[in-house]
Amino acid sequence: MSDVLFIEGGRVIDPASGTDGVRTVVVRDGKIAEVAERVERPRDARAVDARGRWVTPGFLDLHVHLREPGQEYKETVATGTRAAVAGGFTAVCAMPNTNPVNDDTAVTELVLARAAAAGLARVYPVGAISKGSKGEELAEYGELKAAGCVALSDDGKPVMSASLMRRALEYAKAFGLPLTVHEEDLHLVGKGVMHEGAAATRLGLKGIPAAAEEVMILRDLALLELTGGRLHVAHLSTAGGVRAVRDAKRRGLRVTAEVTPHHLALTDEDVAASGYSTDFKMNPPLRSAEDVRAVREALADGTIDAIATDHAPHSPVEKDVEYDAAANGIVGLETAFPVCLALARQGVLSEKRLVEALTVGPARAFGLPGGALARGAAADVAILDPAAEWVLDPARLHSKGKNTPWKGRRLAGRCSMTIVGGRIVHEEGRAER
Amino acid sequence: MIGRHKHCIALADYSREELLEVLDLAVSMKEVLQRPIKKVPSLRGKTVVNLFFEASTRTRSSFEIAAKILSADALNWTSSSSSVTKGETLVDTARNLEAMRPDVLVIRHAAGGAPKLVADHVACSVVSAGDGAHEHPSQGLLDCFTLREKLGTLEGKTIAIVGDISHSRVARSDLFAMTKLGAKVRFCGPPTMIPAGAETLGATVHYGLREAVEGADAVVMLRIQHERIGDPLIPNTREYSKLWGLNQKKAAEWLKPGCVILHPGPINRGVELAPEVADGPRSVILDQVQNGVAVRMAILYLLAGGSPPDGAAAAAKA
Repeated sequence: MSDVLFIEGGRVIDPASGTDGVRTVVVRDGKIAEVAERVERPRDARAVDARGRWVTPGFLDLHVHLREPGQEYKETVATGTRAAVAGGFTAVCAMPNTNPVNDDTAVTELVLARAAAAGLARVYPVGAISKGSKGEELAEYGELKAAGCVALSDDGKPVMSASLMRRALEYAKAFGLPLTVHEEDLHLVGKGVMHEGAAATRLGLKGIPAAAEEVMILRDLALLELTGGRLHVAHLSTAGGVRAVRDAKRRGLRVTAEVTPHHLALTDEDVAASGYSTDFKMNPPLRSAEDVRAVREALADGTIDAIATDHAPHSPVEKDVEYDAAANGIVGLETAFPVCLALARQGVLSEKRLVEALTVGPARAFGLPGGALARGAAADVAILDPAAEWVLDPARLHSKGKNTPWKGRRLAGRCSMTIVGGRIVHEEGRAER
Repeated sequence: MIGRHKHCIALADYSREELLEVLDLAVSMKEVLQRPIKKVPSLRGKTVVNLFFEASTRTRSSFEIAAKILSADALNWTSSSSSVTKGETLVDTARNLEAMRPDVLVIRHAAGGAPKLVADHVACSVVSAGDGAHEHPSQGLLDCFTLREKLGTLEGKTIAIVGDISHSRVARSDLFAMTKLGAKVRFCGPPTMIPAGAETLGATVHYGLREAVEGADAVVMLRIQHERIGDPLIPNTREYSKLWGLNQKKAAEWLKPGCVILHPGPINRGVELAPEVADGPRSVILDQVQNGVAVRMAILYLLAGGSPPDGAAAAAKA
C-alpha cells in the first residue's frame, strides 16, 4: 500500500485553521503534507474520493470507559478503540475506574500496551486522583504522568473530601495535569436514580436534584480559585453548573468543561417515554428541558469546550434488571456524530462549532496533540458522510456494549473512513480486519 | 383485556372509559361477594400467580380471594421462599414462572417499573400489586370504587390525599384515576414529603392540613412509614401527628358533613389517624377492603378472559 493518501473533493472543516471549503488533503509518511484547493496528485498516491463528505481532524474523546483491565466482558481496549474509529474518533482518554483502578503505572502501561497492540485509536490514559479512587490519599501523579497519563480523575465517583480535592488541585500543578471531575454530592444523591422532577415523580423513581451537581461544581470552583490549578468538569448537565462555569471562565479561572451527546439530545421525559428502559439510565441523569437548553447554549457559546461521550459499555447482566438496580451509562462512540449532527441541523450549533467541539476543543482542554489538520502534524483524519442514513442495530455496533437509547432509531450521518497517523483504520462497508 | 390494555400496571396510561370498565364490572363482582356461596366458575382452568417481592398481607390475600371466588387456581410466590435470595434476576424468575403457563402474574416489587420489566418478558397478563413509589393500580381503582359508592360520583368532587406523597404509590394511582373521573385532588403533607413537580401532575399542593381538608368530599390518609422518620423527612411522629394527623376534634371542626375518610392500610393508629376517627362514622376503611376484592375480581376477570359470572354477564359486556 502506498504511503501517500490523496483525499479529494471533500468539504474540509478544520476549525483550528478556520478552513471550511472544498480542499484536497495530502497525507504523506503519516503526516499531513498539504491542505489546499489545487494540488497535483502524486503518482504513487492512493486516491480517496471524498465528494459529498466532510473531511475533519480525527475526533478526540476526553471521556471513555474501555473497561480493561478487569471488566473485559464489557469492553476491551481493542473493542473500545474499534468502536472509536468506527465513530470517527482517532484518540480517546481512558478513564481510570478499571479493576484495579489506574492509580499505578502498571495499569497505565497495560492500557498503553493493549492500545498499541490494537493499533486503532490513540489511547490517552487518565490516572486516578486518589489511590483506588477511594477519596482518601493522593495517587502518585508524577509517576502516572511519566507513564503516560494526561489527566487525573476519580470518575464514577466524586471527590467528596474538600480538603483532598484542594490538595489534589495543588499537587497536580507540579505536573500540569488537569483534574477531570465527576461532580455530585453523594448526600444529595442518596438513592436517586434519575433527575428529580415531574417525570421522576410520575415514575415513582427516586430523584437526583440538579443541585447535587451544582453544589460540587461551585465548591470545586472555589477550590480552583484558592489553588490556581486546572479543573475540567466532566459531563456537565445542569443549568446551574453552566452558570457557575461561565462565571468562573469570565473571572479567568482555568476551568474547562465537556458535555455528552445524550445530555444535549435527551431529557428526563425520555426516561418516562421509554417505559423504564435502562438504556436511559446514566449518571449524571438525563436532565430537564431547561437544563438541556442551558448546556446547548453553553456548547454553542464556548462555555463548554468539548463534546465527550462518556462511553460506558455494560453487559445485559448490569442492564436487563430493574431500573433501580441497573448500572449507569450508555455506549456513545458510534452514535456521537449522528446525534450531534442532528443538533446542528436543528440549529442548536453550527457545523463548524460541532466539529470544533469534537476536535480542537477537547485537544486544548487537556493540552493534547491533534485536533487540527496542520501541515506536519500526525495525519489523524475523519471522513464523514453527513447524508448517510442508517438504523441503529445494536448487533452491528463494534463496541461490546449494546446499551444505547438510540437502539432501532434512524440516524443521519456516519463516519466513512478514519485515518490514524496516515493509516486507514476504519473504512465503512469494508470487511472487518 | 381492559380496553386496549393487556396489563394493569399504571393507571396513568388508562383512559376514563377503561377505568369505568373495571369499576362498572366490579359492581357485579361485589354482588357475588354478598352471595351465600361465594364461588362462580368464570375463571375455571385459569391460573393466577401472586409474585410478591415485598411483604404484603392485605393485597396478596385480596388477590388470592378474588382469584379463588372466580374459580381460578391461585399460587403464591413470595420473595422469602423464592430464588431471589439465590441471586436469580427478576427477569429469570418471571420467565420461570411464565414457563408454568399462568394466565395472570400479579407482582409486587420494591422497584418502580418492575412489573413493566416483567411484562416485557412474559406472554401472560401482568397486574401490578404495587411497584416502589410508582403505582398501585388496584388500590387506586378500589378507592375510586368506594368513592363512587359513597359519594355517587367523582365528578366535581374534591379529594384530599394527606401524608408522604413522595413515597406513595397509592397517592399516584389515586391522583391519575380520580382526576380522570372528574375529581379535583389536593396533595397535603410536610414539604419534605411532597414530590418535585407535584403540581404538574394535576394536584394542588397544601402544607396545612386544615386548608387541604376543608370543603373536601373525601380525605385519603396515607400511612407514615417508620423508616422515613429521621430520613430526615420529619423530626418525629409526635409533631407529624399533631400537624398532619386527623383526630376527632379536627375531623369535627374541619370536615364538611358527608366527607368520608379512606386509608389504604395498615393504619398507624395515633399517628396519621386517631383511633376514634379510624373507627368513626366517616371511616370507610373496611368498605375499601371489601371493595378491593370486587375490583381485583374485575381486573383478573377482564385480563384472564374468563366467561362472565351469571348475573354479571350484562355488566361484563358494558
